Amino acid sequence: MSLLDYGLRSPPTGIRKVLYINWPLVVLLSAIACVGFLMLYSVAGGRIEVWAEPQMKRFGAGMAGMFVIAMVPIWLWRNLSALAYGFALLLLIAVDLFGDVGMGAQRWLELGPLRLQPSEVMKIALVMALAAYYDWLDIRRTSRLIWVAIPAVLILVPTALVLAQPDLGTALMLVMGGGLVMFAAGVSLWYFGTLAALGVAAVAAVLQSRGTSWQLLRDYQYRRVDVFLDPASDPLGAGYNITQAQIALGSGGWAGRGFMQGTQSRLNFLPEKHTDFIFTTLAEEFGFVGGISLLTLYALVLAFCIHSALSNKDRYASLLTLGIGATFFLYFAVNMGMVMGLLPVVGVPLPLVSYGGTAMMILLMAFGLVQSAHVHRPR
Amino acid sequence: MRRSPRDSAESARKIGRRGLLLGAVQAGAVAVLALRMRSMQLAHADEYRLLSEGNSIKIRLLPPARGLIHDRNGYLLAGNESNYRVTITRQDAGDVAEVLARLRRLIALSDAEADTILAEIRRRSPITPFTIAERISWEEFSRIAVNAPALPGVTPEVGLSRVYPRGGDLAHVLGYVGPVSDFDLGRIEDPDPLLRIPRFQIGKVGIEAKMEQALRGQAGSRRVEVNSAGREMRELSRQEGDPGDALQLTIDYRLQNYVQARLGEESASAVIIDVTNGDVMAIASAPTFDPNLFVRGISSATYRGLNENDHRPLADKTVQGLYPPGSTYKMVTALAALEAGVIDPKETIRCPGYVEVGGRKFHCWRPAGHGNMNLQQSLEQSCDVYYYDLSQRVGIDKISDMARRLGLGQRHDLPMSAVAEGLAPTQAWKKRRYGRDWVIGDTLNATIGQGYVLTSPLQLAVMTARIASGRAVEPRLIRSRNGVEVPAPPAPALEIDPAFLVAIRAGMDAVVNAPRGTANGSRVVAAEMRMAGKTGTSQVRNISAAEREGGVTANDDLPWRQRDHALFVAFAPVEAPKYAVALVVEHGGGGSAVAAPLARDMLLFALYGKLPPLSAYPESQRTRIQNQRDQMILVDPDEAPPTASTRA
Repeated sequence: MSLLDYGLRSPPTGIRKVLYINWPLVVLLSAIACVGFLMLYSVAGGRIEVWAEPQMKRFGAGMAGMFVIAMVPIWLWRNLSALAYGFALLLLIAVDLFGDVGMGAQRWLELGPLRLQPSEVMKIALVMALAAYYDWLDIRRTSRLIWVAIPAVLILVPTALVLAQPDLGTALMLVMGGGLVMFAAGVSLWYFGTLAALGVAAVAAVLQSRGTSWQLLRDYQYRRVDVFLDPASDPLGAGYNITQAQIALGSGGWAGRGFMQGTQSRLNFLPEKHTDFIFTTLAEEFGFVGGISLLTLYALVLAFCIHSALSNKDRYASLLTLGIGATFFLYFAVNMGMVMGLLPVVGVPLPLVSYGGTAMMILLMAFGLVQSAHVHRPR
Repeated sequence: MRRSPRDSAESARKIGRRGLLLGAVQAGAVAVLALRMRSMQLAHADEYRLLSEGNSIKIRLLPPARGLIHDRNGYLLAGNESNYRVTITRQDAGDVAEVLARLRRLIALSDAEADTILAEIRRRSPITPFTIAERISWEEFSRIAVNAPALPGVTPEVGLSRVYPRGGDLAHVLGYVGPVSDFDLGRIEDPDPLLRIPRFQIGKVGIEAKMEQALRGQAGSRRVEVNSAGREMRELSRQEGDPGDALQLTIDYRLQNYVQARLGEESASAVIIDVTNGDVMAIASAPTFDPNLFVRGISSATYRGLNENDHRPLADKTVQGLYPPGSTYKMVTALAALEAGVIDPKETIRCPGYVEVGGRKFHCWRPAGHGNMNLQQSLEQSCDVYYYDLSQRVGIDKISDMARRLGLGQRHDLPMSAVAEGLAPTQAWKKRRYGRDWVIGDTLNATIGQGYVLTSPLQLAVMTARIASGRAVEPRLIRSRNGVEVPAPPAPALEIDPAFLVAIRAGMDAVVNAPRGTANGSRVVAAEMRMAGKTGTSQVRNISAAEREGGVTANDDLPWRQRDHALFVAFAPVEAPKYAVALVVEHGGGGSAVAAPLARDMLLFALYGKLPPLSAYPESQRTRIQNQRDQMILVDPDEAPPTASTRA
């Protein structure tokens, strides 16, 4: 609590709200984004106009969006939660029907000059909807089967739509993100235990279905699993990415090879070097020091979210903040786990660092919600 | 507040507990990531570093084939040949001496060479391949490949290397290529990774350097799997690069070959251009050198020989050499005077053999004087006094302005190295340069192409072409690029009254075809092929830029070195000009005696497209011409095709 809060009974109003924005969080997010600009400049071979410049522009736009959203009272956002969810759902249906096909999947929606990835919107809308639901729900009913089924449907409908694209990574992110909000809301741990058991069974079923007429996943998704289990099995094909990424990462050593000196990325060994695999370049060029620094920045953002959520007496605000923090966590943990060979390769960008328009802007707007919750917390 | 008090203490407590739990899970995951990073980057960094350095999958760049260069008729001037070489890697070879001994049974290596190689290999890194021999024959190459099992560490390789099938004939035009040096890397801002390939060749001088970007092409790449020793096991994928652009020059190779042969070992240069469109048909500097020497690695003794030769074979005299134009400059003065209206072509000026200006005597080349001269006679007999008089009437600035309009004193944009600007001096220029006022003596010197005036043979050829055609033709060297013609818009007309040009051309006609003309001995008798020209004999040695910096003032102050430069400019046919030539023989003597006959031969060759019939020459000269031809060796490009190994 800053000095300004002293003696205040109610949330600030008008322009004075700006003073109540959590500025350290703004600085943290900007620092992470700057790491991104630096790496995009580096992987473009020292050219700013290829990736870094468009990324900076989007960051500026996202930041502006964040401030606007932060100024709007959180209860207004709560009342709009259901609407946001419905809108995101419509977008998802639209993308399945009319979306652009890129990299073998329908993920993009062209809205005038904007290229939108509705599944990104849905990640946040889902968190909003779940938070609003638990805010509305009588707390004693939280763990009753019927009241658990409703949020489960809220999660599974968009998940199914995303799977149809198909985009396994995002689908898993939705399930896990939604699950974490339910967890935070206090749903009984029995449900999670049962779900875990079912999950194991589902994985077994998926693996069993391979090669049969009811095969559940696309071939490339199976190959990714194979490669994850044993990257060396196919070092030139599907395992190439992950092997090269690990070599790049590991060869960084303590302090790295130096800015713009990464041989792996420079010599184009690395695929997707500006998007999903950008962390490898950072790790190669700045080594352990660079990697840990970025991880620390991410951890500080999480710490802020948890602290802000726990000190907020508003149930919607708390759940929303926890949910957005969890989504953010899933992004970077899955991405880093993937390039470090801890998780299979799924298409998840490194938040605020990877090149990509929608993901960064949506994430910044989500942090606008977090800021709004922080600014308008009951005192 | 806006809500019912449903946010009970119980809810807050539950969220608090679950939130903390969530935080703990996240902290745990972050810790796992950090530990994994630590394990990979600290504990196992060396292993990964090794993997990265000996990455089993390597990207190898495929150097693109350099663009070919042809002449206007499609004869190859610069090509690429396969270069077979053999390298050895010490680490794989084991006993280097033994392997080398075995290798010497397959390829020719002298004892001395073998000793040098052995010493050199021992000094080098054990893992980098060392080139034992280059340009080995296909037979040797295959012998080594067949015997590979007995030759551990030895790799036969094949690459492309630049070759100039015409040897020295176009050395100064094409220039040559050489391996990228550290100097090149520091000098040029070029991120092309190709330049980092060892022994990659780039253009060093001439068209090879000026058109480097077009000729180089785009690198391809291939992904290969290598073993820990770096030897390629298999190729995984291959993406061919794009070869460089093929260039076609305006040069006519037969003519170029003839001009070069005709200049022989003189320190001389000649430029022939098409007066209608500026196409450079031949541009030769003599003596010349074999550019292939530079590609293959020139020995220091040979290089020293070329560099210290007082005939300067390495210099491209056609565009770099600056000479006082001598009497060939008189057309400029005459045109300036005509345009200023200070003289009528019919008006006569008396030449007593000298004129006294400002207390100094300026002599005509003919001490007895020429008597009364009109414009045509003044050109025909190259009377200096006539022009001393003219220059005082018109002034230096107008003369130099005319010079620039005719293409002198300006840099023509040809893709050749160090194209000189020359100098058409003005009063303001001298004031700026030397801080001293222009004096009338300077004008008198300049008007007969001495003193400050400096021109290159290329500029003189352009001047002649402009006078002959009445158009502001610009020289050009590149005719087409990748089969696409470089557009050559018709040159705009010179802003000079055509009547004045007709008067000048008549004077140049008289120089060659009138009985008293200074170049009458070099006339052409074949109908429709007659030549017009102007002799020049410049009485100073070639002034280098350095000397000019040092402050050369007047012709008289210069040290006299041996003999005069002989110059001649000409165009033909007189009635419908087609080609213009400019020729300078350094220290050759008189323009009429030395330069004019050479220029005539070259113009006739250009007009006929082959050796002209003897009937084109005056009858008394035919025997001598025949004798001279018998001693000359010309190349017929149709009979002597470039070596079979030359390919795209």
